[in-house]
Amino acid sequence: MAHEVVLLDFWPSMFGMRVRVALAEKGIKYEYKEEDLRNKSPLLLKMNPIHKKIPVLIHNGKPICESLVIVQYIDEVWKDKNPFLPSDPYHKARSRFWADFIEQKVYDTARKIWATKGEEQEVAKKEFIETFKILEGELGEKPFFGGEIFGFVDIALITFYSWFYTYETFGNFSIEAECPKIIAWAKRCMQKESVANSLPDQKKIYEFTVWMKKYFGMD
Amino acid sequence: MVKNDVKVLGAWPSPYVMRPRIALNIKSVNYEFLEETFGSKSELLLQSNPVHKKIPVLIHGDKPICESMIIVEYIDEVWTSGPSILPSDPYDRAIQRFWAAYVDEKWFAAMKGLRSAQGEERKAFLDQVTEGLALLEEAFGKCSKGKAFFGGDRIGLLDIAFGSFLGWLKVTEKLNGVKLLDEAKTPGLVKWAERFCADAAVKSVMPETEKLLEFSKVLAAKMKGAPPPKN
Repeated sequence: MAHEVVLLDFWPSMFGMRVRVALAEKGIKYEYKEEDLRNKSPLLLKMNPIHKKIPVLIHNGKPICESLVIVQYIDEVWKDKNPFLPSDPYHKARSRFWADFIEQKVYDTARKIWATKGEEQEVAKKEFIETFKILEGELGEKPFFGGEIFGFVDIALITFYSWFYTYETFGNFSIEAECPKIIAWAKRCMQKESVANSLPDQKKIYEFTVWMKKYFGMD
Repeated sequence: MVKNDVKVLGAWPSPYVMRPRIALNIKSVNYEFLEETFGSKSELLLQSNPVHKKIPVLIHGDKPICESMIIVEYIDEVWTSGPSILPSDPYDRAIQRFWAAYVDEKWFAAMKGLRSAQGEERKAFLDQVTEGLALLEEAFGKCSKGKAFFGGDRIGLLDIAFGSFLGWLKVTEKLNGVKLLDEAKTPGLVKWAERFCADAAVKSVMPETEKLLEFSKVLAAKMKGAPPPKN
């Protein structure tokens, strides 16, 4: 079956990165289209009229939106290679639970670390560390959240790693000091080509954030 | 033979709790409904869902499963002899999951905002709720393809996700003196809502609007008496 796959994305987006990792894990060839979020393309507005956000996967002309919905879609269509989810329903539910936990707890808190100052920033740092300590607990001694195999939860979380330098610099703290197992896990993930090729350099993300704060007058 | 040991921890007013109950009814699975006392959390709940400490929790054998939509997918995957809740085609599954996420993250968030808002803010939330319903009306047309439910001939994932909010939608209509589901603006959804509420899998677990209205007053009073939320 011929597959025409297009990804509408924005290079610093940890949500877009999830889809890049998923596509790379399955060895899927696709066309990457960079969006300028200040000037969204007619294609993006047509393909995601509800949220007008990236990432959007366009598979044979049909759009799929929301990063974790896209990752599950990719897993279900290209099901014969590198499955992201366990086949057992209970373990599948547990994977979905932890991906959902990441969705609920990480982004907003992490954003406040670089976007705010003072008390608000301190509260955000505390919550961020609490969240990652819980995740550390769930990881335990396993090499990946998926167990022996890099999977759905790993994909959901690893993309935030590209933003760690940004969080640490603006927040003036060390994630490794607080959550060493998470850093060890992240470095293990980064040894995979699918991850290393999909995540931008941490310093580039930091430079982007510095520019963004100036541009939007957030300093 | 393993004893079919299925429990749902929940509370009758919660739309989230309704979801696994509807799913279990669709699959004709008997379960024990363990009602949590409003205002306190049982030991079983705290043990079964230590991360969020929230209902619903499905306990299957000795295994807890949490988060309502995750529980619904679990039920669909375990009890394969009953009617399917999710479609088999990956694209259709993605569409159902997309809209279920929209209902939870955007639409019901606006409904909740409406509950506590005053003045200008109220109008803004009401607009968001109505706009959302217009989008869902359109989605209904596309997903149902002329059939009774978002899932087609039978109730599916998105019917459960959105339909579980119908009780609170009716309460909101009464409290605000507005018609949210409207024959003129959302004719498809009006008929769908009637069919959904009348369905055998839903009828026994959908709370009566009057009871929910009474409960909403209790809830509002408790929230007024509660200390200000930590922000």
